[in-house]
Amino acid sequence: MRTVHLTAPRPAAPHLSGDGVVSTGVVPAGVLAAGIAAISLGLAVPSAALAAPSPAAVPGVSSAGTSFLTAVAISPAQPVRVSAVTGDYLYWSFSAAAGENPELAATVGLPERTGAQSWTVEVFDGLRRRQACVAGEQNPVAATTATSVTLGCRLRQVRSWAEPWDGDPLPGTYYVRLSTTEMPEQDLGLPVTVDLTLTAPRGDTGADQGELEAPLVPVNRPGQVLTASPAVSASASAASSDFSLSADWVPDFSSRWVWTAGGGVLAAITGLIGFSWTRRRVQGA
Amino acid sequence: MIHKKLSIVAAIGLIASNVMLGASPARADEVPETVAEPPRVELVLDVSGSMRADDIDGATRISVAKQAFNDVVDALPETTQLGIRVLGATYGGENKKTGCKDTQQIVAVGPVNRVAAKNAIASLKPTGFTPIGLALRKAAEDLGDTGSVRRIVLITDGEDTCTPPDPCTVARELAAQGTSLVIDTLGLTPDEKTRKQLVCISTATGGTYASADSEEQLTERIKQVVDRAALPPPVVPAAVAGAEDCTTAPLLAAGVYTDRELIGEHRFYRVDVAAGQELRASVSIALDRELNRDYGVLLKAATAGGRELVRGVDAGSGRADVLSTGLRWSTDSSDSRDSSDISEKSPESVCLIVSNSFASNTAAGAPGMPLELSIDLVDASQAPDAPGLGRGWLLLFVLAIAGLIAGVLAGWLTRWWVAKWREN
Repeated sequence: MRTVHLTAPRPAAPHLSGDGVVSTGVVPAGVLAAGIAAISLGLAVPSAALAAPSPAAVPGVSSAGTSFLTAVAISPAQPVRVSAVTGDYLYWSFSAAAGENPELAATVGLPERTGAQSWTVEVFDGLRRRQACVAGEQNPVAATTATSVTLGCRLRQVRSWAEPWDGDPLPGTYYVRLSTTEMPEQDLGLPVTVDLTLTAPRGDTGADQGELEAPLVPVNRPGQVLTASPAVSASASAASSDFSLSADWVPDFSSRWVWTAGGGVLAAITGLIGFSWTRRRVQGA
Repeated sequence: MIHKKLSIVAAIGLIASNVMLGASPARADEVPETVAEPPRVELVLDVSGSMRADDIDGATRISVAKQAFNDVVDALPETTQLGIRVLGATYGGENKKTGCKDTQQIVAVGPVNRVAAKNAIASLKPTGFTPIGLALRKAAEDLGDTGSVRRIVLITDGEDTCTPPDPCTVARELAAQGTSLVIDTLGLTPDEKTRKQLVCISTATGGTYASADSEEQLTERIKQVVDRAALPPPVVPAAVAGAEDCTTAPLLAAGVYTDRELIGEHRFYRVDVAAGQELRASVSIALDRELNRDYGVLLKAATAGGRELVRGVDAGSGRADVLSTGLRWSTDSSDSRDSSDISEKSPESVCLIVSNSFASNTAAGAPGMPLELSIDLVDASQAPDAPGLGRGWLLLFVLAIAGLIAGVLAGWLTRWWVAKWREN
């Protein structure tokens, strides 16, 4: 166990410094660590992925929106590289499905400046409600001498359903806002480069029940002030669908199927064992 | 026998986990975006006397700006509706009153004629005063109000020399009139006063501020701003005016709205939600002025009688562009089951109340802060039943014990039955 503790900090170190130059050292260190303790590799993987985005077929994104409405859509594993200025509020949006664990990693290359800057990456759901980050450096402070700052945010697993009164992450659109929260006034408007990576590994949906009728996506039509109540159409279609034959009641595949089926098999086995106990007594009698 | 079965369980587990890893995540359906009109953009260039200073890599500020403009005009997308206006370009005298009216549009807003635009730029000579406020007003007039998004890019090296009116106040007034108007500002080697003024102008309209110390930077910044402006937002919000109480509140359909709210004001809107429908609302208030450090926004849904149904709230401190929150609400399905048919058919009128806890020592007055409200009505989601499937070691343990007891009972029964059978 002692060796594990000694090797584990090595691959993690470049992650902390957040410097792209050190990235070449990450992979060998990770491999070395994997040889000794596979657990420590888990620490190396996020930093390696951050430093060198996997060469994917998806074209990169080179722009960012400046408001919720103009947020630029990104997708997982799509490299995002944007040049902007300090003081900008940069918006992106992505869509997530139930069971996903969206995670953002951003690196901001900083110019010469007069003071420290606080950066923040915030995530909002389709209703612009703030979403909590469960891991990652969400509000780092870049010292005056730092040449770059690394930010990260991992969301909770997206649930398939939640009470309307609940703020849990649900399927639909998510907004990312990257901005500076505190900085000396004279450092406004200086050029920075932003690299952003989104990953959305799929977790197990087994713990979830229920389904959201419509994903939380923004409404993209201009509003209209009404003079009278509109005719209701949505509830009529909902009522008629009650009688149709469908397989909706069958839960989606998840680990629950394995557990339940495994439990049935186990019960059959123990049933046989129990039966055999009584048989032995018959033989002994 | 037991080993064989266990290995089958393990195999199923392995296959299952492979399926889970291999399955591509199903994307949530996006609402198809409606194509909005291309935004209209006007570049406003300061050609005042101070642009003669040759402090950018040995070149004068005006020559750098001209070169940058030429590059930008060359790289313009075909669809961009662009115009160019200058300020301080003609009057070289000392009379402030005349000098502060010195602004002309040199390229009309429309599809760009590259040659004409470049010729117009080449003939510019740095001359007079810096009437930024007036130039912004005129630029807003040039852009008109055709219902498409409007954007002004202001490029200057110095502060306004014609105050009053304060260009920042002018910008806030302009943004409060008509369809969304955004002013992006670019400072050419700005000093502290210029920077503060430009930041104030861009903040007041939800625009961006950038500084440039070289021709490269200036070209890149202008291109970036024009590119951003060329991309129309998916929707242009409709203007609405919220009321002071629920009874007079405007009845809203699903869609995106824009309004203004004063600091400390409450604005009421009304939405009819039918049984089986879910109301989704979100609100964003833009921080368009100098504000005290801490602030918050509250979106509340209440019945017409004033009973609170649900609230969305967010708070913050420090720099921010907007503060948003949202809520979901649907009639409780257990309620609708109890209620009679009549109440199920008539939609429930829900009041949306938007309030804020901003504070400002300097700019608390009208116009209010920009508010963006979006409302959606979708089918309500059903609360799920108890899970049909289980998981966990406790489940396995319970099933195993149940199986064991069942096996023992079955064994005893068999034994008793066999004994009985032997007796007879």
